Amino acid sequence: MTEHTRVFRIGCLNPQAPSIMASRGGGRGCGRGQLTFNVEAVGIGKGDALPPPTLQPSPLFPPLEFRPVPLPSGEEGEYVLALKQELRGAMRQLPYFIRPAVPKRDVERYSDKYQMSGPIDNAIDWNPDWRRLPRELKIRVRKLQKERTTIILPKRPPKTTEDKEETIQKLETLEKKEEEVTSEEDEEKEEEEEKEEEEEEEYDEEEHEEETDYIMSYFDNGEDFGGDSDDNMDEAIY
Amino acid sequence: MTQAEIKLCSLLLQEHFGEIVEKIGVHLIRTGSQPLRVIAHDTGTSLDQVKKALCVLIQHNLVTYQVHKRGVVEYEAQCNRVLRMLRYPRYIYTAKTLYSDTGELIVEELLLNGKMTMSAVVKKVADRLTETMEDGKTMDYAEVSNTFVRLVDTHFVQRCPLVPATENSDTGPPPPAPTLVVSEKDMYLVPKLSLIGKGKRRRSSDEDATGEPKAKRPKQTTDNKEPIPDDGIYWQANLDRFHQHFRDQAIVSAVANRMDQTSSEIVRTMLRMSEVTTPSGAPFTQPLSSNEIFRSLPVGYNISKQVLDQYLTLLADDPVSLFFFLFSFFYYLHKALGSLATATLESVVQERFGSRCARIFRLVLQKKHLEQKQVEDFAMIPAKEAKDMLYKMLSENFISLQEIPKTPDHAPSRTFYLYTVNILSAARMLLHRCYKSVANLIERRQFETKENKRLLEKSQRVEAIIASMQATGAEEAQLQEIEEMITAPERQQLETLKRNVNKLDACEIQVDETIFLLESYIESTMKR
Repeated sequence: MTEHTRVFRIGCLNPQAPSIMASRGGGRGCGRGQLTFNVEAVGIGKGDALPPPTLQPSPLFPPLEFRPVPLPSGEEGEYVLALKQELRGAMRQLPYFIRPAVPKRDVERYSDKYQMSGPIDNAIDWNPDWRRLPRELKIRVRKLQKERTTIILPKRPPKTTEDKEETIQKLETLEKKEEEVTSEEDEEKEEEEEKEEEEEEEYDEEEHEEETDYIMSYFDNGEDFGGDSDDNMDEAIY
Repeated sequence: MTQAEIKLCSLLLQEHFGEIVEKIGVHLIRTGSQPLRVIAHDTGTSLDQVKKALCVLIQHNLVTYQVHKRGVVEYEAQCNRVLRMLRYPRYIYTAKTLYSDTGELIVEELLLNGKMTMSAVVKKVADRLTETMEDGKTMDYAEVSNTFVRLVDTHFVQRCPLVPATENSDTGPPPPAPTLVVSEKDMYLVPKLSLIGKGKRRRSSDEDATGEPKAKRPKQTTDNKEPIPDDGIYWQANLDRFHQHFRDQAIVSAVANRMDQTSSEIVRTMLRMSEVTTPSGAPFTQPLSSNEIFRSLPVGYNISKQVLDQYLTLLADDPVSLFFFLFSFFYYLHKALGSLATATLESVVQERFGSRCARIFRLVLQKKHLEQKQVEDFAMIPAKEAKDMLYKMLSENFISLQEIPKTPDHAPSRTFYLYTVNILSAARMLLHRCYKSVANLIERRQFETKENKRLLEKSQRVEAIIASMQATGAEEAQLQEIEEMITAPERQQLETLKRNVNKLDACEIQVDETIFLLESYIESTMKR
């Protein structure tokens, strides 16, 4: 299609092929130049004025020749329009809208600790069904090291074999009983530990929020101070 | 994916989900299927950000994942699905017309959240409806459930692919990602829940239907909270069904314009009868006999059988030929879409180039191939103007040129040059332009909003102050004072801004309708 399209774009002939056209452009005057076919077949008669060559790209906002059709108005159109704008606003408020992290200010300020602006540790605000997602997408939250209560096994003091075998026997039976009990306790403790570990691996936001001793909502960082207009000037401000 | 499509996707993602999701999404659309680490490396974002973005995209059905060998999970974006976001208001409005406010809110919640369980949807919608009702009245869960079930029965809402139930014998460690299973027969099966409750106060009782195959439902985890009865069963909006509805609407209104109301009703009946039985993308509907059509006509229409037969023959003989008659009536859907696409092209040519160009265009369409001279003769337009118009349309690719050589050496002087309209390629070209237009509209709207950001913020602040003052019971004079904080020229500026933004939004909606028609036609053609 290359050669033939060039033929129809009379205006932008290739200036580097002077062999094709003796005079490019205008077409006024004598000798339009020899083409390989009969120009009249295309519809360019003798002496026809051709449009001038295009020397620059078309303007950015070309003038409109015809008025555009008016947009549909009426109940349906307006309702859908309002719906569209509402949806846009609503989606910005949902937790799916991820804002880029606030850039760190120049100096670390004390109030930063009390202003939880974004979700902790880049985790997400909503709870997807993790069974449906690849495991690698889960973000692990760094948890505080929980204090592991050490299990102090009751040390058995070395019993002096003062008594005779009866007491030894009695003691042995007692020992066995205690061992059973402690071993049961051991198992229970181990299970609890395992459970704790499993829980720690799962994402848990509540623990982290309790990091500070103060309740978040009570904190006032003082930015609003002095901005309120006072209607009653009777009371002095100290 | 063309550049125009990628640009539009980028703008849509950014507007709805923010820049981080946009960066990841566009990267995936450009490069195809990629694993997690490669995405993080190529886009230069931290791993956590990428994870967040992927979670959001997967939740909204915009990205799918697949487990490859050696446990590598690769993510792929669905560009077409991202473009559907432009059409959300239309889906919601359709649900409103069919199932009133309840249906509207159900579809809205499903679209905003990607996928949800039935109980979650019912609860949220009931709460929202209760808020709009008068004091003391609440919305019953049962009513919302009923509407939900009706939406599922007519296939507007469908189930998401399920996580396969874990068998008791697990061989080895669990896979890095679940392979989701699409169960065709269960797609529209609603679990039998009896959600008893009203908006805002919930007392739900759960009953398992004994008919439910146990294998399909994953085991319920016994937590400290109350067990959710339909845990694991997620629902999403079925966009294909909505598209089918739009297509039917377009066809019916086209028939109504061309003929009269009665024939459009007949066509609507035919389409409705084959709604659920015709798979999407089929060129024909199910064959129907005239008796069946007669029986299914809506009650209000008292036309006799003979009149119906006359109408049917009339529709079948129509040269635009939307119908096909072979002892029973099909509806030739593909041809209908073709006619609609052609009509779109014609009207675009008319609006862009004028009515005389449109006349030439329609002529070439009708006669298929025409020489230059023949065009001038048939259209009765002087040669010079005809030439000019033809070249203009040619340069914009509405019309193309077909060469027919007389001699084997293809000498230009001995070749016929015929003008023709290739509808498929013209439709593609127009679709590409539509994508570009929408992208331009969105950008312009964002530009306008950004220019007047300061003013918008000020007006929002003033509104908030007025609202709070009204709540605490302020006097008229004080409210007046606050309102005067916005000066008259500022007010005018706000008015202009609002008008412009509304206009741009309405344009987007309008262009989206054209996009829908063209996409349907192209899709239907490619499927044949």
